This record gives sequence, structure tokens and C-alpha cells, in this order.
Amino acid sequence: MKFDTPAATNPIDQLKVVGQPADRIEGPLKATGTAPYAYERHDAAPNAAYGYVVVSTIARGRIRSLDASRARRAPGVLAVITAETAGPLDKGQYNTVRLLGGPEIQHYHQALGVVVAETWEQARAAAALVQVQYQEAPGRYDLAKLKNAAAVAPPGFGGPPDTARGDFDGAFASAPVKLDATYSTPGHAHAMMEPHATVAAWNGDQLTVWTSNQMIDWSRGDLAKTLKIPKEKVRLVSPFIGGGFGGKLWVRAEAVLAALGAKAVNRPVKVALTRPVMFNNTTHRPATIQRVRIGATPDGKITAIGHESWQADQEGGSSDPHVNQTRLLYAGANRMTRTRLAKGDLPEANAMRAPGEASGMMALEIAMDEMAEKLGLDPVDFRIRNDTQVDPEKPHRPFSQRQFVQCLRQGADHFGWSARNPRPGQTRDGRWLVGLGVAAAFRGAPVQTSAARVRLEAGGLLVVETDMTDIGTGSYTIIAQTAAETMGVPLHHVRVRLGDSDFPVSAGSGGQWGAASSTSGVYAACMKLREQVAGKFGFDPGQTAFQDGQVRSGGKAFPLAQAAGLVAEDAIEFGKLGEQQELSTFGAHFVEAAVDPYTAEIRVRRMLSVCAAGRILNPKSARSQVIGAMVMGVGAALMEDLVVDKRRGFFVNHDLAGYEVPVHADIPHQEVIFLDEVDPAASPLKAKGVGELGICGAAAAVANAVYNATGVRVRDYPVTLDKLLAGMPQVA
Amino acid sequence: MKAFTYERARTPAEAAAAVARTPGAKFIAGGTNLLDLMKLQIETPRHLIDVNGLKLDEIEKTPDGGLRIGALVRNTDLAADARVRNDYAVLSRALLAGASGQLRNKATTAGNLLQRTRCPYFYDTAQPCNKRQPGSGCSAIGGVSRQLAVIGSSDACIATHPSDMAVAMRVLDAKVETVRADGQARRIPIADFHRLPGTTPHIETALMPGELITAVTLPKPVGGFHTYRKVRDRASYAFALVSVAAIVQRDGRGRAAFGGVAHRPWRVEAAEAAMPGGAKALADQVFAGAKPTHENAFKLTLAERTLAGALAEARA
Repeated sequence: MKFDTPAATNPIDQLKVVGQPADRIEGPLKATGTAPYAYERHDAAPNAAYGYVVVSTIARGRIRSLDASRARRAPGVLAVITAETAGPLDKGQYNTVRLLGGPEIQHYHQALGVVVAETWEQARAAAALVQVQYQEAPGRYDLAKLKNAAAVAPPGFGGPPDTARGDFDGAFASAPVKLDATYSTPGHAHAMMEPHATVAAWNGDQLTVWTSNQMIDWSRGDLAKTLKIPKEKVRLVSPFIGGGFGGKLWVRAEAVLAALGAKAVNRPVKVALTRPVMFNNTTHRPATIQRVRIGATPDGKITAIGHESWQADQEGGSSDPHVNQTRLLYAGANRMTRTRLAKGDLPEANAMRAPGEASGMMALEIAMDEMAEKLGLDPVDFRIRNDTQVDPEKPHRPFSQRQFVQCLRQGADHFGWSARNPRPGQTRDGRWLVGLGVAAAFRGAPVQTSAARVRLEAGGLLVVETDMTDIGTGSYTIIAQTAAETMGVPLHHVRVRLGDSDFPVSAGSGGQWGAASSTSGVYAACMKLREQVAGKFGFDPGQTAFQDGQVRSGGKAFPLAQAAGLVAEDAIEFGKLGEQQELSTFGAHFVEAAVDPYTAEIRVRRMLSVCAAGRILNPKSARSQVIGAMVMGVGAALMEDLVVDKRRGFFVNHDLAGYEVPVHADIPHQEVIFLDEVDPAASPLKAKGVGELGICGAAAAVANAVYNATGVRVRDYPVTLDKLLAGMPQVA
Repeated sequence: MKAFTYERARTPAEAAAAVARTPGAKFIAGGTNLLDLMKLQIETPRHLIDVNGLKLDEIEKTPDGGLRIGALVRNTDLAADARVRNDYAVLSRALLAGASGQLRNKATTAGNLLQRTRCPYFYDTAQPCNKRQPGSGCSAIGGVSRQLAVIGSSDACIATHPSDMAVAMRVLDAKVETVRADGQARRIPIADFHRLPGTTPHIETALMPGELITAVTLPKPVGGFHTYRKVRDRASYAFALVSVAAIVQRDGRGRAAFGGVAHRPWRVEAAEAAMPGGAKALADQVFAGAKPTHENAFKLTLAERTLAGALAEARA
């Protein structure tokens, strides 16, 4: 099915199932511990041996010698595989750095091999016996020092690295009110609950991996490419995923090493990364330095806006588009964005939830708060004054839907924004200093080709198969809702099977495109099935209704179950609507924060996000997505920080005691409001994703609330108490 | 983890003797710290002596009106004990500020005192650490040190002691009762129990090899307002940047010990006469001679201000 004209009224608009807050259909499996995750696939691959990954303990250099002889002789050991013994390997298309290092070492904790043994304890103990001698080389680990040598970033998924319109320099220089501020954000870890884990088994030259991966087809291809075997020889299975956040978009070392290990010992091998290794072995959200310049007239109209970002990555790496939201969010005739990428030797940087906007909004939305204060304007009002209904870089492009102002107004009203004291550091609640902060939420609504297969089985059961993944987002449920709505059956008549490369290729879970794309693919397949069903009963498909398990046309009706045995497969292919119009999702974050005047401890008291993101397919799972993203925003604002040892070139706090993410006690009260919206230009379901919108701007809203509470402006995340102490009130 | 052998001891003296006779042996009680360290091969005991059956899990009154806490009393039970809550509230609060409910259910009084540091370089076996591998150097010095010690540190080690409970024990003048391999018992004042790193940061306490903690005793209650303020980057489940255990009497006099700042709970009794003069007066003396790094100098300000908050709480 081609989607190149805005959606007209269609079966989804009945909203009998779609749009309802259905519980997760796979929820009982997860709540009872019976949803099998990758490392637990004893059923599929019995008698698996255990692999333990050996990692580099230097950041950069070469292996002088690697002695695995003691490990090979250790109890229970079946094999030790290193680059020397692995045979020729390629590198995946989506990997920057090789997944099996040696003799060259590219980063700290790069995998150097795997020890395979009868038990996990034996493999772990033997791995500690592998002796590696290194020739260390100096590395580049300090972004502040690398910044000036950074080059124009190569074009990536965020479009061109640089854009310009009008005369930014001239307009900024002559602006009556201006802000020129530099911000920094540290590296972030995905820190998902389930570590990277794979069970691999060979049957002749056919490899099956049960793994935890967001993008089945990408990773099937990349695993095949890495192992230098045809893609058709790899089956990748990942039906349940304990969180990903972008960290599982790619094949990682454990999958390659499990496959190599299984080949070597001729039986299934399972490998999981341990938590202390994940932080440096896998990818992370890169640290940034960002400069934002805003010029405005005294009445708060932006005349010049510029946003530059610097980041570093390994040779051949890509950049996150931190400036993209600044191209679209606010009006202003003169504008400029620049993206710079330096070469560095920390572990590979790559996508994490809302790559680009999440970090970019952390800077831009503090800058907007600062600028509002310079102008003496309320920060909600300042944003409203600079709303635009067209792409400000390409004014011929309207937004398909843009309810940004409505989000701000409704949020301000609901949150009690009018109580905010514009003078910071003035409001007390008992001992505590209290402040309110606001920030925009903005994220694009990209879509990808997505296919599905639907089959009517005996008894009227509708089976949906697609390689789409559910990384905790609710894919199972919204796909079931889509199929149920389109075929006119109750939700419990639908079975959804996901995450298997034997199924039609979907959009996968990434970039906030999964929900809109994958449900559209299921819709396309269901519409094809409707044609077949109508044909079977001799009906005109255009005059046939599918309701309550019945197929009706011209006064005649048949039970849908009578069409059992029919199978339809189709894909949604998106046309140029997203080029002619800007498809985006919008929101507004409101935060109340309290700061202890003695210790400068920061406590978020309540948060509200108002979102406008097209049709909400399932308000319950969508809310879960947004509140989870808000929590991640609190983490980014207040604590998450991959701390670099700039001498030795690694993230020092590489476990969950050192890398702090919010705990329950940090998140007392959250609320989400979805504005009523349908976007016919977005997809046949008139829906967009919301999985990433909620993190964009959330951290800045927290930082702005802390500023309002204390009067201390922190421009280097995370906003920790040590950065506030000097500005705290005198105490006795 | 390296393979190890295991036995259960039946009496404290037997446990101490067993450790003394077996090279590379260690006691295990709750295991909340030791097992983690064994998995990372930071600790590699060849033999474990399980002391959980030693029946050291009673809390009882002492003849002088104090409290004797068995070495195996779980942190949860100690924090919930009515006598502790009434008369030694600082201890109850400190315990509840640490770890999580699950860990406190398992962790013991003696084990809590014996926690190893949470310095990230100690935890990464690829990095030099004099505490983990004597003589290898300290990679925290000149490295990432925001969490680490500001006072009492040495050129060999800038680690901190992570316990909350021990800070409260310090302010309460607790004593550690032990039994040695030869069956002799002794009492070690808490002030002498934890050592400064000096040139031997791997030796963390005054315990002799094989010496087993049997109890911790508290002197009779001193009254006053008790508080424990633990400051960290998130609201729960994190080690202290700075903590303060304070007991303040109605006349403004009192005691204070600090956590998160040194290789042991940090208390300077001589400075406490200054408490009625306010937090700054006391903190200036307590932290005289501090040697913070550029990353953790804020802890000095924070310690003073945390104490100020505690004193304000006491006045309120």
C-alpha cells in the first residue's frame, strides 16, 4: 500500500479498539515471568554452553601478546576465541568500531574474545586467566580540547550538518536584546534493564540467534556481514526485549561472539554482557558542547537564532543532529545551525532515545528561558510569540499539525503556571526553595516502510506476523488493536507474533517511527485481507463492512471465521507527504522543583507534559512512554553522567551504582495530557510516535525550575548540588 | 569468581580459629558486599566460613544501661528496634538512609562496619589501586574523585568508607567486641576501629587476622535530638556525598560525625565544644587540614551546610 495522499475516513476511524486504553496483551506473560527473554531460551536451544567476554583494559593501542593457554586448560573450558582464531570477520554497516578487537585496540572494554565453558562460573573464572600484554597509545578523550579541531559533520539521518537562512551574523549583531551562551551535556548510557544477550545455534551453515534487538532486519544483515555469510543463512529472533533506548539498534559483540563460540564448540552458546562492561563496550549518547545565540526585538520577536554543536566520535562515526529542532521550533528570519564532529577515542557514540533533539533541547530550552528573562517576558509567552506554522527555513512547507501553542496554554493553565514568581530564588515552602520551569517538547515524526502478514485461522483467530519489535513500548498491543479494528473483531481474537526475521520486514523500533509505521503496515495487510475475504464471499470490497466478527454487504452477512485459511501480506510505503509538509510532534513540559537551601539537594515535586502527537493509538501505553521519557529527562537533568577519565580514556562509573538514574523516590508525581489530534498526513492511522517526544525538553524544564527556585543558572549538565552551592542563601 | 570451599561455624571461637588456620579464608555473613566483590575478583577468598549460625543476632541491655547489638543483627531489625528508635535514633536513621530494603534485610551489623570502599577505581580490576593491589598505585589521585575523600587521605589512597551506620556508631561512641583465634575477647572503641589509609590502605580496620566481631555495644543513652542527614545526587539508593550524624542537646551542645569525607567516619571530639557557636565554628575545626581535590572541594562547604541544616532542625 502506498501512502502518498492524506488519509481519508477509513476503518480505523471507528475507534472501537484503536484509541482505547487497552492493557498490554503480553502483560500477563511479563508479570508472571513467563515471557522468555533472550538469555532464557533453553526451550529453543537446550544444552547451551556459556560464553564470557574478555575485554580490553586499555583504551587505545595494540595487543603485544595474548596468552589464553591457562584459560584453555581451566576446568570446564570448551574453547577460547579471539581475533587471531576467529577467522576473517567484517564490520557491520551500522557499527563504527569492530566488535571483536585485536591486535588493534580501539576503545576501553572492546571485546577481545570469548571463553566458552560448561558453566557460566567456569567461563567467568577462566576469562580472568587470559593474559594480555598491551602497547598503549595516547588517545583523545577531552571534548573541550578536541572542539577546535572538529570538522563539519558528515550528513546523516538528521539531514545536512549546517543550514542558514537570511543574515544571521548581521541580525544577531544588531539585535536590541541578545543571548550568547554555551552549554554542555555529558555522555549518557542507555542503562536498560536487560543487558545485551544472545543464544546462538548453528544447524549446518544456518545460524539462529535468539537475541535482544530493536531492528531485526538491520541486525540480521549486519550479523551476516560481520560473519561473512549470506543474510539468508541467518535467522534472528527477538520477541521480548527488556529495554533498548537505541542501545539495541545494532548487533553488538555478544551476538557475534555467541555465533563464533557456537561454531567452535558445535553446540548452542549463550553470551550476555555483564553490567560493568556494558558502559564502555557498547554505544552511548555522546557528550556535547553547544552554543546558542538568540537575538530579539524588545517585544520578544526573535530576529536571529543560531545553534552550533560539537561532539566527538571514533573514526568513521556519525553525529547526532543536536541542532535540528532549532531549525523548526521557533520563528525568526535570520538563522543558522552548525554541526561539528571531532575524532576521539572514547567508546563508540551512537543513537540513544531522541538522538539529537534530546541533547539539543537541553541547551536550546535553557537558552529560551534565559532569553525570556532578559526580555522581561514570561517564558511561556515568549515561546508563544515566536510560534510558526511553517518551516522557518523553508516557509513554503507548512506543518501538517502544530498545536505547540495549545500545549503551552493548556499546560500552563493545568499546572498553575500563573503562580510562578518571575523573580528567581524568592519562593519558599517551609525550608525549601521552590521554583517552576517550562520547556518545549519537540521531535520529528519520521516513518519507514513496514510490512506485515495476517492470517485467518480456524475459529476466526487472526494471526499477525511482522518482524516489528516491542522494546517495552506496547507494540504488541497497538498492532493487535489495529488488526482488530480493521477486521472488525474483538482484541482477544488477535494473536500478534513479533521479532522474528522469518516474518515480513517492519520498520523496527527506533527514531520514534515504530508505532506509526508498524501499525500502518499491519493496516495495509489487513486491508488486503479484507479484499480477499470480500472476494471469497462474492462481495464488492468497497461495499463490505467488517464488524463484530461478521462480514456484511448488501443485506448479506457471513461470519469472518468462515474465511479461515486466507493469508495476506503487504507493506506500507510512505510517499512524499513528509517532504511537502513538516511532520512533527509537539509538547510542553512543566516542572516544579524544590531545592534545600542548606545542601542544594534538588527534588522534583511534580511534572506535567502536554503532548500533541497525532492520534494516540493507546492512551495507556502512550502515557507509559511519555512518563518513562520524562523520568529519563529528570535523569539527564540531575544525575546521569558518563564520567570520563581523561588520562586513561574510559567511562569510570561503569556500573549502576556509579551511573545514577532516577529511583522511585526521585519521581513523586507525573501527569500527561494528550491533546485531541488526528494527522491525516502522518499515516493511514493518522498517528505519529510518542516514544521520544517525552524526553525532548524534559531536562531543560527541570533545569529551568531549579533556576527559578534558586537564581543559580547551571549551563553544564547534570545540574548537581555542587554547582548550586555557591549561590545558596547564607546559613548559620 | 574463583572457586572456593565453604564451611559453617558453630561458635565464634571456632569460626575465628578456622579462619586463622585456613590461608585465604574469610568470614561471610549477609554477603551483600563480599559476594559482589568476589564476582569481580576484587576479593578472592579460597575458603568461606559462614558465621550466620553463630546466634549473634540478639539485641540486649547491658548492665550499664547501654545496648549490646549482636554482630549478626540485620540492619532492618536494628533500625526497627524500639530501644534503638527511642534512645539511639541517629543509628536508626543512618541505617534507613543506606542501601535498600532488600539489602538491609540481609546485611549485618558487623558486615556493615566492614564494607569496602565504593571508589570506582577499586571496583575496576584493570586499574591500579593500592587498596586492592598494594603497591600498584592510586589511579583515583589525579582521576575522577568527586565522590572521594577530602580529609585524612594519603598519597596512597583517597577512598572513603561508604557506611552510614558506622557514622552513627561513631557519634554514639560505640565499641566493637571481638574474639580472636586464641579465644581471647577484646573491645575496640569505634574511634580506633577504622584506620586511615596511610601507606597501607589495604589494611582498613584494627582487626587482627582471624579476629571476629561478635557484637557492637552502645553506652547508655545520652538523650538530645538525634538526626542523620545524608546528601547525595538522587533521593535514595546512593552513597553519601556527605553525611552528618548529629546529637544536639537543649543547650546547643552536642556531637557530630561526618560520612563520605574520609577513609573512616570523621569526628573530631575536640571541635565539638564549638557546636553552640554554629556549624561554621565546628566545621572549621573538624576539617582543618583537609586536602580535597579540585573535584570534591565542594564537600567542605557541603559538610558545613549539612551540619547547619541539622542544627537548624534541632532548634526547630
